[in-house]
Amino acid sequence: MASQSRTAAIVGMYEWPKRLDRDVSAMQIKAASISKALEDAGLKWSDVDGLYDANDGEGGGGLGLAPYLGLKPTVIDTTAVGGTAYEFQTAHALADIASGKCNVAVLSYGSKAASQRIPIGTGGASAASNWQSNMENPYGHTLVSSYAMVASRHMYQYGSTPEQLAEIAVTTRYHAMRNPQAVQAMNDLQFQGVNEISIEDVLESRMIADPLHLLECCMVSDGGGALVIASGDVARNTRKKPVWILGSGQATKYRENKGDITTSAAAQSAPIAFGEAQVRPDEIDIAMIYDSFTITVAVMLEDLGFCKKGEFGDFVAGGRLRFDRPGALALNTDGGGLSSNHPGMRGLFLLLEATRQLRGESTSQVPGAKLAVAHGNGGYLGHTHCGGTIILAAD
Amino acid sequence: MPNRPMPVFPEPDTQAFWEAAKRHELTYQQCNSCRGVVFTPRAHCTACGSPDLAIKVSRGEGEVYTYSVVRQNRNPSFADLGAYAVAYIDLDEGFRMLSNVVGVNDPTKDVHCGQRVRVEWEKQESGDYPIPVFRPI
Ligand SMILES: [Zn+2]
Repeated sequence: MASQSRTAAIVGMYEWPKRLDRDVSAMQIKAASISKALEDAGLKWSDVDGLYDANDGEGGGGLGLAPYLGLKPTVIDTTAVGGTAYEFQTAHALADIASGKCNVAVLSYGSKAASQRIPIGTGGASAASNWQSNMENPYGHTLVSSYAMVASRHMYQYGSTPEQLAEIAVTTRYHAMRNPQAVQAMNDLQFQGVNEISIEDVLESRMIADPLHLLECCMVSDGGGALVIASGDVARNTRKKPVWILGSGQATKYRENKGDITTSAAAQSAPIAFGEAQVRPDEIDIAMIYDSFTITVAVMLEDLGFCKKGEFGDFVAGGRLRFDRPGALALNTDGGGLSSNHPGMRGLFLLLEATRQLRGESTSQVPGAKLAVAHGNGGYLGHTHCGGTIILAAD
Repeated sequence: MPNRPMPVFPEPDTQAFWEAAKRHELTYQQCNSCRGVVFTPRAHCTACGSPDLAIKVSRGEGEVYTYSVVRQNRNPSFADLGAYAVAYIDLDEGFRMLSNVVGVNDPTKDVHCGQRVRVEWEKQESGDYPIPVFRPI
């Protein structure tokens, strides 16, 4: 491990505990989360010299966030690629710290998707016109059907089954039931049956867009949080064990003539990240993979290199990816977007739970977890998306 | 009569496609430099960047690459349709387009990957542009 990077580490984190919160603004969620994450790190407000923002929040962004917070950073990065903005921003923070542009970088997120009843998954087409909308709006394609199309093709091409996809939702719910914030979320958002679920439960839930059932779709919640990334020098003196950023990869994938819809951007981003980190997929303890839908996790387990293309079904079967199965990868140990937290851009929470695991603070803790991968997805899987891979390590 | 959202103009990339649609012509583009097939319509070749593209008329036959059946859509244009199939259609000329598969008894059972389909033009209450949809052959 000697040649692996110890340039920058995650040193502070905070996840907004409530998933339905009518009394705060997204900007308040961001500012309060940054304050708590700095406290977690043992750093001061005035230590922050890098701000990374995905243009979320009311009046935030590159122009708005710094004045709202009252900071004058030397780096302002507004990378916005949907839900994986935070994996991209983490890679940029690593580079900015490596080049000496900043020492303490802060990523933040705030969203009111649930209390404002934003119809993320089944919303209609917008009235604006552009080169894509004019070719798509007449057909009633939704976010969910875009993911479902990947599932249909995966089943056709590889013979994967609804039961295999359902196993992913069963596994994440198993973890969610051990996370008090996730249990509270499911209660507040009025889930039917806040309990562990079976494959049959998933397949008997309402079909949203064939072949995806309700329990295969992430929740729509409020939420947010913050992440503090610091240089190696700073990280050695913070309150918690540093979680080192070993490698990163970025890619995009989109609808193309003759393209393979069953392969995601992860197939391009993951080899770059694993190569930079000098680790192999089979060495990873914790996989935090963007579970907007079960199919998202299925194709990304394959594309990240954990199993062969088309073979996720055997890889996840029988609860193999639960945190309490020794020797196997543990998947989405916070409960994921399916059962804990999905305010629209889940990428930040992947990094937060990976950090908890590598510190030993998860509610579904894998003993001695050393290596984690966080892979985010922004956009629509079967249409146009970006994928960001981050490899993290404990000392 | 169906009441789908109309394309909205001015929008320079897609105008020619929808004018051809009024003549019931399903068009795609081919690059005169590298012969690459371009779809959806653009003013440059996505393989080589050349602006020298020819507009071609498709025979309108192909196969379902993949599909999903939408059970729930809050957009008023689709809210009352019942379950309907959205699909990517691979046309025989080598381009892939988003559309709907229509004319089946039960879209949850009668649409599948690899199914051969042919274009048909659906008149719309919502405006002058007929929408190309596909029916199993
Ligand atoms: Zn060309």
